Amino acid sequence: MNFSVVGSQFFPLLINGLALGFIYVLVSVGYTMVYGVLRLINFANSEIFMLGTFATAIVSTSVFKFNQNSQPSHGMKLFIVLLCCLLASMATSGVVAVFVELIAYRRLRTKGANRLGSLISAIGTSITLSEGVRILTHSIPVASPRVLSKFYVFKIHGVGLRIDQLLTIASGLLLFIAVDRFVTKTRMGKAIRAVSMSEENSKLMGINLNRVISLTFLIGGLVTGAAAFMYMTVYEQTVFNVGFNIGLAAFTAAVLGGIGNLRGAFYGGLALGLAEEYFSALLGSQWKEITVFVVLVLVLLVKPNGLFGEAVQQTRV
Amino acid sequence: MRLEINDIHVYYGKIEAIKGISVVVNQGEIVTLIGANGAGKTTTLKTVSGLRKVSSGQIIFDGQDISNLPAHERVEIGISQVPEGRGIFPGMTVLENLEIGKYFRKNRASEMSEDLDRVFTLFPRLKERISQAGGTLSGGEQQMLAIGRALMARPKVLLLDEPSMGLAPMMIQNIFNIITEINKSGTTILLVEQNAQQALQRAHRAYILETGNVVKEAKASDLLNDPAVRAAYLGTGAEHAV
Repeated sequence: MNFSVVGSQFFPLLINGLALGFIYVLVSVGYTMVYGVLRLINFANSEIFMLGTFATAIVSTSVFKFNQNSQPSHGMKLFIVLLCCLLASMATSGVVAVFVELIAYRRLRTKGANRLGSLISAIGTSITLSEGVRILTHSIPVASPRVLSKFYVFKIHGVGLRIDQLLTIASGLLLFIAVDRFVTKTRMGKAIRAVSMSEENSKLMGINLNRVISLTFLIGGLVTGAAAFMYMTVYEQTVFNVGFNIGLAAFTAAVLGGIGNLRGAFYGGLALGLAEEYFSALLGSQWKEITVFVVLVLVLLVKPNGLFGEAVQQTRV
Repeated sequence: MRLEINDIHVYYGKIEAIKGISVVVNQGEIVTLIGANGAGKTTTLKTVSGLRKVSSGQIIFDGQDISNLPAHERVEIGISQVPEGRGIFPGMTVLENLEIGKYFRKNRASEMSEDLDRVFTLFPRLKERISQAGGTLSGGEQQMLAIGRALMARPKVLLLDEPSMGLAPMMIQNIFNIITEINKSGTTILLVEQNAQQALQRAHRAYILETGNVVKEAKASDLLNDPAVRAAYLGTGAEHAV
């Protein structure tokens, strides 16, 4: 074990951990919101993320004709390209999420199927989507050309904050705050919270359950799509099974924070992002993925309701 | 307003919970359904609000067959249910609980303050607790909130499921006084109660349910004085009376 690395690299690891953490936060929101209203783990959320990454890759290469040899963009064009990629990822993931609910879950729910049925449908949907993309891409990773030149926004004593990391952290924070405010302050958001507390009593308030569930999937998908865009600006490559590790990590983050609890997803995501970075510095990067599993098992063993699990009944979503 | 429950049959899986119940509620009445546990009182109410589906028979509201209308649309035409156990949203504040009672009437800010005033006049206690989480209220306060929340939708008929359940005697009196008051201001009420004494004192007419059937229908005051009813549902006199 190399403790001195953690000491000397404390701040760079902190920045990497936060950037990764905010990607987890947003994907966790996708899991936790759906769990909040349906008590269902939407395993297809990892593929909703994966399709979002492909949307960014396709828009940057096909629409804006970037390739591996092109120069990064600047100024207004850079802004437009990034915005279009972001919107494409969000729209793709949002629409896919809504359709996944309509096709894979709604009928089971209205027919009164048990939760196990929905869970199997979730896993089936996940496999179908990732295998579909595997066939289309011949299992070959797709690189997203560098649109954004990765300069350091500032550098102090060798500790630098790269523009892509800054973008990820700032937009991740903003998006999370936006979702949190939407759910707590708006009329539709309150309906989502009401459904998460009681389906039956929500109907008695005149709430259209199907519409609220679609809305929940849409928001979860939009946010997961934004995370996919951020992932692409930082890592610049995607593959049909990219959602597996990210999805598992984000699910772990949601469980760590207390699944169904929006703010739990925030703290869980950041905690897991930071833990991954520090532990891989300490033990070697081959341990990075194992950290996720260890955290998941420990949470389930020690505090199955998660960090904010105590208050889950009160503050769901 | 006229609500007609017309020979409805309701199943839970393969068990027939309601075996042909017919009830009529006229404008301005308080009608009560009394009977033992499992008689089908709550199921009847849930069928009217749309939480349960009829397998045969009709629910007629203002001349319109609403048997297949989804629950959330029944709220819009004027049917509001206060569920058994109050059904407060525990993580929401008192104000949020009341606001969501008007969920389907969007963008009507003026109406909102008017209706909140009305509820706070009926239940001053709720105004004092306005920003407290619903789950932290006492049982009586939760019942007030549940009734207030249902009133926010401006119902033509209010369905009340066991409003006295788990409340102290003083609070039961209080809640029933308010139910009478709500009725006098023009809201029709269909009341399901275990506390038959109170229900019969407050209601105009009553139906007695046994194992999914109506076994008796009469003026509430007549049932109150009926020796057979007293023996079966009111205990041995004043013991169960509150």
